[in-house]
Amino acid sequence: MPGTPATDAPPPGDVRAGTLELRGVTKRYGPTLAVDDLSLTVPAGKVCVLIGPSGCGKTTALRMINRLIEPTAGEILIDGTDVRRRPAARLRREIGYVIQQVGLLPHLTVAQNVATVPRLLGWAKARVGPRVDELLALVGLPPGDYARRYPAELSGGQQQRVGLARALAGDPPLMLMDEPFSAVDPITRERLQTDFLRLHRAVPKTVVFVSHDIDEAVKMADVIAVMRAGRLVQFAPPAELLADPADEFVADFVGADRALKGLALTRLEDLDLPPAPTVRRGEAGGDVRDRVASGTLVPIGGAVLATGDDGHPLRWVPVAAIGDRVEATPGRTEPLLSPVTTLRDALSALFEAGASHGVVVDGAGRAVAVADVATIGGGLAAPAEKAGDA
Amino acid sequence: MPEIRWDWLQRHADDIQIMTVQHLEITGLSMALALAVALPVAVAVRNRRVPFAVAAGVADVLYTIPSLALFALLLPYTDIGRTPAVIGLAAYALSMIVRNTVVGLRGVPAVVRDAAVGQGLTPRQVLVRVELPLALPAIMTGVRLATVSTVGIATVAAFVGGGGLGELIWDKGIQREMFLTPILAGTVLTTALAIALDALLAGAQWLLTPWARRGRT
Amino acid sequence: MSPHDVWEAFNDPNLDGPGQLATHVRLSLIALAAATAAGVALGVAAAKLGGRWTAFMVVSVSNLGRTVPTFALMALVVALTSIGERPALAGLVLLGIPPVLLNAYTAVRGVDPAVTDAARGMGFTRLGVLTRVEIPLSLPLVFAGIRISAIQIVATAVLAAAVGAGGLGVLILAGLANSDDAVLLAGAVPTALLAVGTGLVLGLAQWLLTPRGLRPRTTSHTLAPHRTAPRPPEKDTP
Repeated sequence: MPGTPATDAPPPGDVRAGTLELRGVTKRYGPTLAVDDLSLTVPAGKVCVLIGPSGCGKTTALRMINRLIEPTAGEILIDGTDVRRRPAARLRREIGYVIQQVGLLPHLTVAQNVATVPRLLGWAKARVGPRVDELLALVGLPPGDYARRYPAELSGGQQQRVGLARALAGDPPLMLMDEPFSAVDPITRERLQTDFLRLHRAVPKTVVFVSHDIDEAVKMADVIAVMRAGRLVQFAPPAELLADPADEFVADFVGADRALKGLALTRLEDLDLPPAPTVRRGEAGGDVRDRVASGTLVPIGGAVLATGDDGHPLRWVPVAAIGDRVEATPGRTEPLLSPVTTLRDALSALFEAGASHGVVVDGAGRAVAVADVATIGGGLAAPAEKAGDA
Repeated sequence: MPEIRWDWLQRHADDIQIMTVQHLEITGLSMALALAVALPVAVAVRNRRVPFAVAAGVADVLYTIPSLALFALLLPYTDIGRTPAVIGLAAYALSMIVRNTVVGLRGVPAVVRDAAVGQGLTPRQVLVRVELPLALPAIMTGVRLATVSTVGIATVAAFVGGGGLGELIWDKGIQREMFLTPILAGTVLTTALAIALDALLAGAQWLLTPWARRGRT
Repeated sequence: MSPHDVWEAFNDPNLDGPGQLATHVRLSLIALAAATAAGVALGVAAAKLGGRWTAFMVVSVSNLGRTVPTFALMALVVALTSIGERPALAGLVLLGIPPVLLNAYTAVRGVDPAVTDAARGMGFTRLGVLTRVEIPLSLPLVFAGIRISAIQIVATAVLAAAVGAGGLGVLILAGLANSDDAVLLAGAVPTALLAVGTGLVLGLAQWLLTPRGLRPRTTSHTLAPHRTAPRPPEKDTP
């Protein structure tokens, strides 16, 4: 199969993307609540991943958006308009829909499959043909080679590329994707994910994406909605979710090693770290105590970091133990960290040294900051917000 | 062993031709009637258990009744001739077409239907553009089976004055002290007709379902 | 014409409805028994001993049996021999064999080798595999063939009257010849009931013989037993 999309260029014209809002959406099957009072907002052009164990209601939630399932209560709004204001079939033509088993119409060619929605929308023939070619090229299937084939002649990955092209064909402001990449092998999946992200950058649709794979969610999402037993447990950007799970369930679901993977996305320099509480060897004890009293020097666990004249850390000294002068012989300051150390490696170094905090030294070996476990964890939200503002 | 009288066949070539055309007409009319009844019924009952069981059960009973008895049961209500034959043959074909159509429609993968609905096809569009085309191979199988059976059973139409190649076997053969030549000619012609129509329908099916003959390359 | 007239006609000593019914049943039973025995024996033998050529022959003969009109076949057999019961019987047996043969062949060939392998692996003897696995798994399909055969034989036995073998067809033909609806129905109604009854009884037997796990939800008529409805595209997980 072809590797990457032939072009990353956005299609001509404005890309439509809508804001999706769910308000108190509930689906009841007899006595069981499949989806329970679900409220969330996905800003235009963002990817929201619904994740949770099987039976948590994520697919039900997705299928209520294009009214394949009608909610028992609550409302769903696209750009402020309730989806129930329009006939279901018309609504669905304006919402891209991609499912795990693709569901291409086996009796139609690739081109005819992609043309389904434009034709339902009544586009002129002269407009449909070029649109189909353009989309096939966009998803990495040269139309000359693929347009006239039947779905049975394609691999699973190629079928899903056609599924993506088909969903994009009517230029929908919103795309719903139900575990779209989970029926293919891991290598194809990885490639499809990356290509999708690239495609999304070129054609930034609002996307609701159901997944059961936290790695996939972290990779694809601008925001993740974790569901359990029909309820929304946490709604947060990936980094925040990894760093600060709302409860034990989310923490379990996210998994310890997965959190570490998330930590690899951020470096210490991305965090707002407190400056190292340094004192020079030979500095007067009274000066040190004045600085502590005025708040310009903040000891950690009652201790400050003694450095040599060159700023290199020597050892931690308790403030109470400082007499007239700071006296320090070289001692234990492990671990030493660098601004480009990833959070994952930083934590790993801290645990290895059995320390609660580490000294960050710059390129010249001067102590510039300290990083502790709490700061590393708490700072995870920052980079995601940065990405969100970009 | 009696021998074949080629001179008799030559002398009656025109009659035989007329009977063959009649036979094709009876078969064609019966199949058209059967399809006109069976397809809407199959579509109506495809997703419902009890109505399907009722429709299939009635069709099965009709399928079981011997053709001559079925024609005879119709005679008090119709005149002798083509009508009872066509109605009886159509009734006989119902079971094959209804069952195969329903199986074909039910065989449409749920994901394909789901994807089609998700794209915004209305229920009618799903039926016409997705379910019926995908059920076509199964429907055609039913039509082929029914057509081959109908060609054969149409020979019985001669008993009720319906004409066709049965006349060759019954009127010209059996009733003339088992005259072998027309019986053999009737048998060969009906069999050839059945095989030819089956091949014709198989060809039509091949042309109508281009997707079914293209596998993964 | 009332049901009473039909009943009278059926019991008319000249037509002898009860006697014709008995003849009809007797002819059908003998033909079915012979066709079943021959069909099963040939089918099992072909499946166990034959190769590709045999498979081709089995399918071809069965298809030919499907396309040759039953009435024409019987007429032909009688014309080539003589009028009477025996030639008519021969015709009925001949047309009854293909469905049983094809289904027996397919059933025996169709038993999943993995299933017999597993059975042997669990310690079944060869006889045990045959009696506990292969026969129960083949029986439903074989019985389906017997049912198709029976329905055809009962139906064609009506036409046996036309070649002098008697049976309920005698009344129908008499009714047709004299335009007497009462006589016509005195033949047609019992014929229909007999055929429907045969279909129901054998259908029930077939259903009872099918292991619960193999009972289909929807059945169809098929060209070849293994080609049915379109299958969903295979899942693409390597």
